[in-house]
Amino acid sequence: MRTDLAPRHSDATPAEGGRGIRARAASAWARPGLRLAALAVVVVVLIALYLFTAVPGSLAFALKIRSASVVAMVVVAVAVGVSTVVFHTITQNRILTPSIMGFDAFYLLISTVIVFTLGSTAFLRTDPVVLWLVQVAVMVAFSVFLFTWLFGGKRRSIHLMLLVGIVLGTFFRSFTEWMQRMLDPLDFQVLTDTAFASLTRPDETLLLLTGILVLLGCLAVVPLLNTLDVLTLGEPAAVGLGVNHKRVIMALFAIVSVMVAASTALVGPILFFGLIVANLAYSYAGTFRHRWALPTAALLGVLCLVGGQLLLERVFAFGASLSIVIEFAGGLFFLYLVLRKGAR
Amino acid sequence: MTATLSAPTSAPTRTRPRRTWVGALIGVALVVLAAASLFIGVSDVSPTALVEGGADSDAAFLLVASRIPRTVAVLLVGASLGIAGLILQMLVRNKFVEPGTTGVTEFATLGMLVAILLWPGMAMMGKMGIAALFGLIGTWVFMRVIRAVPVRQLVLVPLVGIMLGGIVGAVTTFFAYRLDLLQSLSQWAQGSFATIMAGRYEYVWVAGVMVVVAWIAADRFSVIGLGEDFATNLGLDYRRVVGIGMVVVAVITAAVLVTAGMIPFLGLVVPNIVSLIIGDNVRRSIPWVAGLGALFVIACDILARVIRFPYEIPLSVIVGVIGAGLFLWLLLRKGSRAH
Repeated sequence: MRTDLAPRHSDATPAEGGRGIRARAASAWARPGLRLAALAVVVVVLIALYLFTAVPGSLAFALKIRSASVVAMVVVAVAVGVSTVVFHTITQNRILTPSIMGFDAFYLLISTVIVFTLGSTAFLRTDPVVLWLVQVAVMVAFSVFLFTWLFGGKRRSIHLMLLVGIVLGTFFRSFTEWMQRMLDPLDFQVLTDTAFASLTRPDETLLLLTGILVLLGCLAVVPLLNTLDVLTLGEPAAVGLGVNHKRVIMALFAIVSVMVAASTALVGPILFFGLIVANLAYSYAGTFRHRWALPTAALLGVLCLVGGQLLLERVFAFGASLSIVIEFAGGLFFLYLVLRKGAR
Repeated sequence: MTATLSAPTSAPTRTRPRRTWVGALIGVALVVLAAASLFIGVSDVSPTALVEGGADSDAAFLLVASRIPRTVAVLLVGASLGIAGLILQMLVRNKFVEPGTTGVTEFATLGMLVAILLWPGMAMMGKMGIAALFGLIGTWVFMRVIRAVPVRQLVLVPLVGIMLGGIVGAVTTFFAYRLDLLQSLSQWAQGSFATIMAGRYEYVWVAGVMVVVAWIAADRFSVIGLGEDFATNLGLDYRRVVGIGMVVVAVITAAVLVTAGMIPFLGLVVPNIVSLIIGDNVRRSIPWVAGLGALFVIACDILARVIRFPYEIPLSVIVGVIGAGLFLWLLLRKGSRAH
């Protein structure tokens, strides 16, 4: 396993010496664009299956509910996929993810503290949208500060950072719970209304807001695609090639925290999902170039969520335990990654 | 070869008077807080009420049925968790392990769930035994996995343990979820002393016994910390001592789990701080670890009771914040050779 993120430009395909159709097909398959297209087709088919099969009653009603949850899954998958890949690039490794470093827990802590300090004001009670936007703004400011401090100084070993992240997560979660115990019931209600929803029954206002935010985040990443590719070479090389390293990193951290805030608000913390999706995306796309890796990661995320939900709902009739299954698989995969890295 | 934190193994004599002071301070604070713990609560149990009411007043009854058991349980849990962490650190030869970062706690929880499922009517002592057995299996599994990982990086060891714990925890959660036991599971896994009464806390004495066992075998654990070859050369039955250590850790973990629930990071932070103060001689550090652990937990427990009087905040939350903060400080400390 490559941990140094050296870019492999496999879209510079080997010389097409083979005359046969198979050879040409194979070399075409080596292009990430074609793989991405194939993936997109599969995702569309899955979404169609999810929307139109096994309708118990009226189709219109089922579509209304299901399309909301499909949109939620897409928003979450894009947010998690993009934020994880970008985070990997910033931190120069493939194991740390925003959620493992405690971003999700941090978002919940920020929400709780804000409700705790301002929650009793009537102004916020009446307008959950404003409250939510305040939360995201504070989250971005603080996390940029915190994580540039953690990753900006001297380079610490990857395992140390992992452990720091896990402990940070515990710290944030305990703190959040402490604060929640101090809230009075009315404020607690406000908090649970704004901080938690579910994939299968998303709150529509929240879904719209998070959708817009994630879209903005993606648009902000687009002009940075080439810069991101340069960042994979490491800081000295990137600075040598004219990247304003500190500023770019800050901006990217900000984008990552917006994405994390959006996905956490929709489904709560999911620890290992990003890790699976990003690592699958690198192998599937066969390249680290962000123009391919980012959309691949997002689509794979949709595939995992919609496919998983299909399997659990229609095949096993399990209902709401998708997150547990993803966490379990992700935990095993994570262990494998860490141990394989340790073995080298 | 494991790296160790740069703790002096024998502190220079110049710091000795200061150390005695610190020790005395811990002792005094312990007595004061333990006394305070008896008189803090919703009902009025104050020295004056006790003197006026005599032996069969409500105050005296509360003192015997609730306050004294709670205080004793808190002290024993704090002391024994610190010791469990210390022993485990000697066995694995790593500064960053404790029952919670090795999967032992999660294994014991799984054992508890199995006991509840298969023999619901079983006495608490039996359930604790099964939890301890699973904890022992967990210790064994962890040590096997650690032996299988070729690179012995200091921070990789607790990482692997945490992940192991995460996987076992996911299995436990899954079964609890499918069998509608999730609520009762999280009920008693949440670390708190709020429900401790006479007749429900006596299991924690088992952990106390284990502390005594650890104390008796202290020198052996010191030698074990030097590594297998070294210990064998000194004429020690390495495997037997490791076995004793594993049993001590598993039993303490199980006993704490059934009385107080999960209390994170305590077994990790306390021995490390003691090691910074007096070094790594186990015989000398055992009373320190026990005392500081008890002090830490009783301070947190009093905090949990008064911070939002008359309601209680779960102890594990407060220990989680303070313990995780201290752990982070240990990890990111300047000059710590933890890489």
